[in-house]
Amino acid sequence: VRICVVGCGAVGSLFAANLAQLEDVEVWAFDASQPHVDAINARGLRLSGVGEVVGSVRATTNAAELPPCDFGIVATKTMHTDAAISATAHAFADGYVATVQNGLGNEETLAEHVQRVIRGTTFPAGKILEPGHVQWDVKGDTTFGPFGETPLEAVRRLADACTRGGMPAYAVEDARGPQWRKVIFNASTNPIGALTGLTHGRVCERPDLRALVSGLVDEGKAVAAAQGIVLDADPEELIDHAAKPEVAYDHKASMLQDVEARRQTEVDYLNGGIVRFGRERGVPTPLNEAIWALVKGVEASWQQ
Amino acid sequence: MTNVVVAGAGTIGSLLAAFLGRVADVSVLVRREEHAAALNRDGLRVSGRADFTSHVAAATDPADLPAPELVIVASKGNDLEAVADRLRGEFEDATVMTIQNGLGAEEVVASRGGWPLLSSVTFMSGTRHSDSHVEYILDTATWIGPYRNTTPADARRVAELIAASGLKAEAFDDLRPAQWSKLIFNATVNGVAALTGLPHDPHFAGEPLGPLVHALVDEGKATAEAAGVKLREDPWEMNVLATQRGHAHRPSMLEDVEAKRPTEVDLINGALVREATRTNVPVPLHRALYALVKAKEASYS
Repeated sequence: VRICVVGCGAVGSLFAANLAQLEDVEVWAFDASQPHVDAINARGLRLSGVGEVVGSVRATTNAAELPPCDFGIVATKTMHTDAAISATAHAFADGYVATVQNGLGNEETLAEHVQRVIRGTTFPAGKILEPGHVQWDVKGDTTFGPFGETPLEAVRRLADACTRGGMPAYAVEDARGPQWRKVIFNASTNPIGALTGLTHGRVCERPDLRALVSGLVDEGKAVAAAQGIVLDADPEELIDHAAKPEVAYDHKASMLQDVEARRQTEVDYLNGGIVRFGRERGVPTPLNEAIWALVKGVEASWQQ
Repeated sequence: MTNVVVAGAGTIGSLLAAFLGRVADVSVLVRREEHAAALNRDGLRVSGRADFTSHVAAATDPADLPAPELVIVASKGNDLEAVADRLRGEFEDATVMTIQNGLGAEEVVASRGGWPLLSSVTFMSGTRHSDSHVEYILDTATWIGPYRNTTPADARRVAELIAASGLKAEAFDDLRPAQWSKLIFNATVNGVAALTGLPHDPHFAGEPLGPLVHALVDEGKATAEAAGVKLREDPWEMNVLATQRGHAHRPSMLEDVEAKRPTEVDLINGALVREATRTNVPVPLHRALYALVKAKEASYS
């Protein structure tokens, strides 16, 4: 089986390095960073942290070098999905392309360029330490499910390979539950951290702010319900759990880190995604719309 | 000439003191000794839309100032309680005028003494460069109305004095329509600016921020209506007009969060949310804005 990871940042590297442990899997990586690609080709792709792994991965910045692949795993930041898949689509003419990205709308973007798409949501996390070397911070599950006409059998093959490689993955008929659970969690907490500068725990201990978080969660749940999506867990409970001192009280949301570094955020695919799906179903989402506009305003302020 | 005391010399207080110093005997009540010393030594310089230096007398103790006919309480909202406390028992023959943003400044001052009270809101703006130098930026008007034991004629006399000094001023029989227009405008624009880091520029009337600004204004209008106030100006139109001026104003709440200072959010957004609560008007977006700015203040520490 040949699998290509498209976007070999922290999360993409976790998949690539672990899958490369399997004798029956050949792993390729497409990434925009030449130093990262060179390091991977010279010394392998190294993970350290909660797992110590070195994977033999063939990396390239040139999509034309990619051979035909059975599976793609797209792990770019969501705003780069379109560019990444339009460059690499030829490699998946007979294959399946899975997304393990944040947010809403990635499957639809992929489906504009390739025939067979797999929906995915992943919870492991890490960060790039240096070219070719990724810190693996958190282990976690991945859930895959068919998008459109993709057969469940193909989804199972990918999930099986990930699980055997050390990235536990499930294949389910409807993967929207975990996806929306994660999106609602992120959309209801990340931008609040980004707008205020507060960590997750400090957001949750302010009653007025926690009420705003709940208002955002309620809108997300209503949009999910209008599509017949059954969440696999209550985002409210996950939010309270994460606020505990021993869990993620001091965690700075990735969007806050983006704002502090003046990098474009994923708000279009989180709150913006909830707003778009809400409009399609006639579900009002005024708070998500407000938060979306405010974060877009923050991004616009960097052009001043 | 008329004796005027300006209590509090931030940007607005400094502008008023300097301009009024050209047509009245102005003294300034300040908190810091070095501020008083700088004013007594250097006078108060105005740059920007005007260029002059005004002689003013300054002190930190009200007892050291000549008895005024008019006291303008010009401190920032956050200092209002402290400044009002220091007026207790002083200046008994004066009329006192408030000029703070938001709602409720009149009540704070009224609780400290029995002076006749005027209420006012100002749209002018400037930048305070030092204790004795203020830049005059926006030459928009100050609106004045009666509040307690004063008449429209009293408001007109003060408006005429301020206009004679070179600033713009207008008197109204009832200030609340103007005050509420400004309250809704400030709660919306200042809050959005403080959270986004944007000056008041065309983003506030375009996509995607414009619809949020419009929805915030609509919540404010519903609150005004429930409070029985007919607005003088449509805050959305005020917003659009201000973004077309070419010069993008930096609202004080934005400057405050950038300098990690306490903002006037409790007096502005808080006042609007409290009024909405009192009148049972749903204002989910203003509640969100208020909670976010309060949280941003909390993030300083």
